[in-house]
Amino acid sequence: MTEDAAGATAPALEMRGITKRYPGVVANDHIDLDVCRGEIHALLGENGAGKTTLMNVLYGLARPDEGRILLDGRQIQIAGPSDAIARGISMVHQHFMLIPVLSVAENVILGAETMSNAVFVDRHEASKRIASLAARFGFDLDPDAKVGSLSVGQQQRVEILKALYRDARILVLDEPTAVLTPNETEEIFALLRRLAADGRSIVFISHKLYEVLAVADRITVIRRGRVIGERKPGETTEEELAELMVGREVELTVDRGESHIGEPVLRVEGLRVADDRHHEVVPGATFEIRAGEILGVAGVAGNGQDELVQALIGLRRCIGGKVTLMGRDVTGLSPRRLNEAGVGYVPGDRHRFGLILAFPVYDNLILTSYYRPPFAHGPIRNDSAILESAAAQIERFDIRTPSARVLTSTLSGGNQQKVVVAREFDREVKLLILDQPTRGLDVGSIEFIHRQIIAKRDAGTAVLLVSAELDEVMEMSDRIVVMYRGRMVAERDGRTADKSEVGLLMATGGQEGAATQKEAWA
Amino acid sequence: MNGIPQALDALPILGMLFQLVGYVLSNLGYMSQTTVAVAVPITLAALCGVMCERSGVVNIGIEGTMLAAAFIGWIVGVAASALFGVGTPLPLFGVTLPLLLGLAAAILVGMVVSLLHAWLAISMKVDQIISGTIINIGAAGITGYLYTLVASQAPTGAGSFAQYKVPGQVADLPLVGWLINAVLSQGPIGLSTIVIVIMLQIMLFRSRWGLRTRAAGEHPRAAETVGIDVIRLRYRNVVMSGALAALGGAWLSMEQTNGFNADMTAGRGFIGLAAMIVGRWTPLGAFGAALLFASATGLSTSLQISPPAGDLGQLMGHVPGEFWEALPYIITIVVLAGVIGRSIAPAADGKPYERESAT
Amino acid sequence: MSGPDTIQPPLARARKAIVRAIVASAQPIAEPLVAIFLALVVGAVGITVFSGLLAGHSNFDIGLPAAAYLALLGGVASPNGITSTLNYSTPLILAGLGVGLGFKAGLFNIGGRGQFLFGTVGAMAVATTVGASQSSYITVPLALLAGAAFGAAAGFIPGFLKATSGAHEVVTTIMLNYVFVFVTYWAISGPLSLPNAHQPITADVTARNAALPIIFGDVQHPAYAGILLALAAVPIIWVLLYRTTLGFEIRSAGANPDAARYGGMKTNRLIVLTMSIAGLMSGLAGATTLMGVVQQIAPGYDTTVGFDAITVALLGRSNPVGILFSGLLLGAMRAGSQTMQVQAGVPAELVDALQAIILVFLVVNALRRWLDRRAAKRGSTPSVDAGAAQAAEGVA
Repeated sequence: MTEDAAGATAPALEMRGITKRYPGVVANDHIDLDVCRGEIHALLGENGAGKTTLMNVLYGLARPDEGRILLDGRQIQIAGPSDAIARGISMVHQHFMLIPVLSVAENVILGAETMSNAVFVDRHEASKRIASLAARFGFDLDPDAKVGSLSVGQQQRVEILKALYRDARILVLDEPTAVLTPNETEEIFALLRRLAADGRSIVFISHKLYEVLAVADRITVIRRGRVIGERKPGETTEEELAELMVGREVELTVDRGESHIGEPVLRVEGLRVADDRHHEVVPGATFEIRAGEILGVAGVAGNGQDELVQALIGLRRCIGGKVTLMGRDVTGLSPRRLNEAGVGYVPGDRHRFGLILAFPVYDNLILTSYYRPPFAHGPIRNDSAILESAAAQIERFDIRTPSARVLTSTLSGGNQQKVVVAREFDREVKLLILDQPTRGLDVGSIEFIHRQIIAKRDAGTAVLLVSAELDEVMEMSDRIVVMYRGRMVAERDGRTADKSEVGLLMATGGQEGAATQKEAWA
Repeated sequence: MNGIPQALDALPILGMLFQLVGYVLSNLGYMSQTTVAVAVPITLAALCGVMCERSGVVNIGIEGTMLAAAFIGWIVGVAASALFGVGTPLPLFGVTLPLLLGLAAAILVGMVVSLLHAWLAISMKVDQIISGTIINIGAAGITGYLYTLVASQAPTGAGSFAQYKVPGQVADLPLVGWLINAVLSQGPIGLSTIVIVIMLQIMLFRSRWGLRTRAAGEHPRAAETVGIDVIRLRYRNVVMSGALAALGGAWLSMEQTNGFNADMTAGRGFIGLAAMIVGRWTPLGAFGAALLFASATGLSTSLQISPPAGDLGQLMGHVPGEFWEALPYIITIVVLAGVIGRSIAPAADGKPYERESAT
Repeated sequence: MSGPDTIQPPLARARKAIVRAIVASAQPIAEPLVAIFLALVVGAVGITVFSGLLAGHSNFDIGLPAAAYLALLGGVASPNGITSTLNYSTPLILAGLGVGLGFKAGLFNIGGRGQFLFGTVGAMAVATTVGASQSSYITVPLALLAGAAFGAAAGFIPGFLKATSGAHEVVTTIMLNYVFVFVTYWAISGPLSLPNAHQPITADVTARNAALPIIFGDVQHPAYAGILLALAAVPIIWVLLYRTTLGFEIRSAGANPDAARYGGMKTNRLIVLTMSIAGLMSGLAGATTLMGVVQQIAPGYDTTVGFDAITVALLGRSNPVGILFSGLLLGAMRAGSQTMQVQAGVPAELVDALQAIILVFLVVNALRRWLDRRAAKRGSTPSVDAGAAQAAEGVA
């Protein structure tokens, strides 16, 4: 390790033998990590490998059971975020730690306020300092803008600005690209290189192989809480890293087989949907899906996908347009009517729409069918039928639970999602609407759910797959449409589409987007 | 009100409206004074709510906090009078030692009761509405119990604070004199309330405390990651806010009246919460809403003390007195239901903050 | 689940599992009992200190709490006390079931006081208008029905306001409490007042053939039939909650309104319906109280049932069976408190104070915290999934 850093000074940061145990798991098992000045060090690992725990230890959000942290060769104690910040360690969290209703300046200075006296904040001085920092690193940010009105990419810059405002020497970025378009990703990489050139040390956490190879000076791979290996980008390949990360040779793509595409199932024409604040965020979506086809909707989060999906499952009113299912007009039907018409839905935010965590598993399995025979005789529940059906589904969908009576909140995320999948897949569905169905799941569960989706497709179901995760859309779809500002701006064949082109379309809306917009204005 | 207005008064229905407007205008001075006075405890309750909820803690125990403070303020005044004698009141506000001791005790108790709510809500992570309800039930029960114990001895109280007398030259100023007179003819707690509203408004939006409070109420984890101790901040806010609710309680037993009776808060803590919502969680807005709710009381008190003459008076005669007494509550409901969709609570309001496994 | 815990002989594991199961099943009962016990201890300290300080006793009487509690117990354990307990428990169980149902739907009904009073007015209205001319076989059911209907109407208002405008039921129900207090005053001084009386007061229900039958006890100490109604309501509400699809909808809307909406449930309708049922139960509580122990509405008539019902529902963990027992318990405390006041000179309001203290100990889970700390000391993980079970129970 040390010879890699030869020529440079001692590591800016060293973590030695960090161990952190939680009841039943060892999240970090004697992890060593060091970062030099001016270095971008990638921490690569799967979800749940212990990356975030390690960084929480560094940032004082979790106290390690064993191990030491050294800064410039001197051992330090970090009891909380304020300790970390005081020592020049800053963190850009995966879920931004920004307050939407506050301004950029307020967000940046929070906790390190520039004061005009003991009580009041000096807002002019703060704005001046922010503006000069922004200029120095080439940010274009208005200090008085409300953070909630900024794009995701801009918000990330605010996060980085927060770190720079505190003059962070060590900057940790936790999955910074998860929400960015490929373009924005390129920009953030350029920025990271500039920061490194400025003498700062960067820890870059990711599970995306190509990103790590593109930006890092050094890569440490961890798996199940242990350091598995360390590589330099020039001396390794995606395949090797993937094997280190997952522990076995993995197929990087799903075997999706042949599609047999049939008659149109869903036809959406000029659908218009508004958000909660009555802004028309879907100003006219038009597309169709055929039986046995997976239509992927690619788009950066917040381009109207949520509202579109909610309208299609009946949770949000349509203000215009027409939705036809199997030739029947289903525009504006309630969730129940759509469900009965053969629409299934798997949300990524399963804790909100998909499940009632405080209920036992069997109650969640009948959430949409509790009122129908055999689960109800008139107004009375039929618990024996409910339990019987639950037992069968638990078996068929490999839901790991001690029994159907166990509270759903006690299951792992992957098994919770399998409960949703069992409920929505295990019946005659004509159309499946999948909204980031594998978000935050472990690899095993992702594989399982992807296989179920393919099986449904092969059985002739039309599938709408909405995901901000471009990889998932690329791997699964027969056809891909790009959603930009509520419109379908482009369509590509799923097997031949070029990922970087789709990424560009997601970011800009592309030529076709401009054309449709012009059309709309004419 | 002469000439043309009188002709208008003769019109059917619309005439009634003109008579009402005329009545309100002619009794404006009295009504304004009452309105500001009635608004005082509501405002203090609302400010207590603002301080708590801006930091992310819902406090529906304000009612009980006020009640406890009202009782303790009174009983300590009683005890102090017995120990030290009442003494001669100072010319300003009629201040006496027992009254001051009572006020201090009321504030202390308000903070202690709020500390209990803070402990239940923040540390024990009890549902905050339930925690507040416990405080309300407990305050009503314990004050009722203690009051019954004491009442048999028919104790003499420490009296009450006096109103500020606005100098004649100011009160007689043309156009604004009556308004100044109405607003300033308050006791020490009433006048402090106006100062506190302005101070809190500035502090909330200009000071470091205000920025951190708003951050903790919107996104506590974000605040924690920049080194702010959210738990401590919430504790501090809730406990300090107890002093405000206590002032509202003390106003009832030591400024408006000179005694205590069971349930004397009569829902003012809850009206304060409604004022906070209608005022969009800002001190100034809450004060405005409190004035609006209080004006219903101002109007009904005025109508009962000096009923209007003429057709209007006859019409009013048919309205049962209970209607006027219920009116402030009805108006609170109507305004709350009408305004609520446009008033957005702090995002983390009422959600207990769980530190990330910092063991 | 995994980890060093699993490496132990199967027999020991089985034994441990059995102990856990026993603890887990005993906990829902043990927790309230522990809370009550601790509250009585705190209450004893309070009685000693405050009676010494405030009631003019020259010194602190250590024996006073014991005397007070014994008097309270003696008040309950007499023939008179038993009928009195049943009468006090009747409205507590009825209204408590309503509040508990609200909790299950995620609604916090603090409007019991107003709904109770409006129910009283409804029952009295029937007694006043039809009572004189009809037999009690007609008047009594009709008056109960009217009480239920008026209570339901009083509960409908905050439910409707929440469903349509989002106005929080806690604030609206409290405001409505005061409105209904004045409505009651108005009713007894106007439409329901007894002609030629010296003060605004209503007729006596017995005189109007609207008194509830007495099921046992003598005329001095009767137990009214209202308790039968309360006992019947327990299984009805239980079946509604756990055996009907409507109950599933109510519980779903309370536990996760978004998921309930996705499941095809009309959450706004459920809010209105649940609040109306809760109001109905409180209205029924008001009617049975009027037609039983109270007999007529006098000036200043008011009730603590609205708030007591919250204690009952919390103490009973929102479970109908739990509410039955906590309602009986609180009714007994109310019944005994009068004897306590007379015999020991401790104000009956002590019961109100005790309620809050019980609730504090209950919500902070004194028992479970202690068990967990012991478990932590022994190095095993906090085992009993009572935490999860309680979350499922959904106190609010």
